[in-house]
Amino acid sequence: MDALSLLSYLAFFSVFAGIFAIMALGLNLQWGFTGLFNVGVAGFVAIGAYTSALLTGPEDAARFGGFGLPILVGWLGAMVLAGIAAFIVGVAALRLREDYLAITTFGIAVTIQLVALNATAVTGGPFGIQSIPKPLAGWLGTGLAWNLGYLALVLAMLGAVWWGLERLVASPWGRVLRAIREDEAAAASLGKRASAFRLQSFVMGCMVMGLGGALYAHFVGYIAPEDFLPILTFQIWAMLIVGGSGNNAGAVLGAVLVWAIWTVSGGALREMLPVAEQARGAALQVVLIGALIAVILVVRPRGLLGERATVSRHAAKVSPPPS
Amino acid sequence: MLVAQGLTKGFGGPPVVEDVSFTLARGAITGLIGPNGAGKTTLFNLLAGSLRPDRGTLALDGTRIEGRRPDEVFALGMARTFQIPRPFPAMTVLENVMLAPPGQQGERFWTNWLRPGAVAAEERRVRERALHWLDFVGLTRLAQEPARVLSGGQRKLLELARVLVAEPRLILLDEPGAGVAPPLLATIMEKIVALNAQGTSFLIIEHNMELVMSLCRPVLVLAQGKLLMEGEPEAVRADRRVVEAYLGAGIA
Repeated sequence: MDALSLLSYLAFFSVFAGIFAIMALGLNLQWGFTGLFNVGVAGFVAIGAYTSALLTGPEDAARFGGFGLPILVGWLGAMVLAGIAAFIVGVAALRLREDYLAITTFGIAVTIQLVALNATAVTGGPFGIQSIPKPLAGWLGTGLAWNLGYLALVLAMLGAVWWGLERLVASPWGRVLRAIREDEAAAASLGKRASAFRLQSFVMGCMVMGLGGALYAHFVGYIAPEDFLPILTFQIWAMLIVGGSGNNAGAVLGAVLVWAIWTVSGGALREMLPVAEQARGAALQVVLIGALIAVILVVRPRGLLGERATVSRHAAKVSPPPS
Repeated sequence: MLVAQGLTKGFGGPPVVEDVSFTLARGAITGLIGPNGAGKTTLFNLLAGSLRPDRGTLALDGTRIEGRRPDEVFALGMARTFQIPRPFPAMTVLENVMLAPPGQQGERFWTNWLRPGAVAAEERRVRERALHWLDFVGLTRLAQEPARVLSGGQRKLLELARVLVAEPRLILLDEPGAGVAPPLLATIMEKIVALNAQGTSFLIIEHNMELVMSLCRPVLVLAQGKLLMEGEPEAVRADRRVVEAYLGAGIA
């Protein structure tokens, strides 16, 4: 492999790592900071991806849209629509406790995926949506330069999401979320309206996932229902558990690590296995990630980077106790 | 300041709290006693909004609060602690207390983006208040420790500080003395008296009769879900019905 193709591959790898990191940050807000067991990540990612693709894509006589709007409008729309969907789901389902919320969100994600598969007039059905515009492509072409340019965009988005979430979770607002996660009844007894905070956290997390979906769609240029299967939810969860839920740096680290293990193992399996066994080899990747989660949970149950005890960045320093 | 009329609550079977009416006077430390299973904690949950009464009314300083959510009741100035303390174990002792003051603008997520300076200033004030009450209950030394390291008695004190920082007018204490070592118990009792002198009213569930007799006036007696009697501690102690409720009829 020459230097150029290595660079190209690294750019490709990093774009995906960055997109996964954004999705993991969204999940971290919900699970890590609020204790909301969302197993429907792929559904909200799909809403973001399809929304942005439809808003920005060229008109297609065979289906609804596209509207040819600027790509930033598409990304914004992806967040808004994912947020609206999350609001509807949240109002109905957030009263449920952990495992029931998990079952409900899982069902919703499967439903969204099935809608994408069957609502051919909107989503293009099993063939999905093609020729999703690539930002700056007219300027950078479609080769390495574009990959690097897109990487810069993804990193900028990751930075913005990071900044926005860090400001939020290390604040009195984040402190209420943590309290609700720890003991909802006790938080309510101290005047906190748990349902409102849970809904805010859930909607915001899903909006971030929707943005991740939009970034994915415009990078690959083509989306189909099979991109949003439950395996995606599993991957994002693996990233959060490995990296350390309740810690945004952990979510990003986990995204890079798990994505690295995923791609390296995928490449190795392709090299090692005969063509006839490749499909079964892919299942080995899932086994590998599952084993990694098991090891992490035994060795470092809080993930590689655990959460900090102090939530609000304003509460860290304390004057020495009066002696 | 708190008026309960005909409070009734059942869980499918016979009522656990039945037709309970009483009035808590402003500035009083009222005791609530009764044998195990009398319905004391259920009554607390009804007052604090954790449970919705089947029947009856509840008014706090003239505002009807029956069926209101716990966070609404808290906002109206009535706070409660739990029989088994419920600290937020992964949060520091300091932040357990900083959580409680009502109406913090930093709890609205957008202010943390738009007005970080205002939130930082508010947090400094909240932190000072929290440290003041941690000092009051003697937990300053543990302020930056996660609450999970606290002993049972220290947890009781933390819950007290957490409630006090919000400066409620009426505090419901569920067995403040249970599982607390005697020196700590004396501290807690002192704190209650000191706060009461500053105008805070209390309703206290307690099994420790020494605590009840020395602190509480008047005392309500609950037995089998019904209000058995209400009176001065001496009168309650001497009452034949109360002794029977605790020990069973025929012994006294």
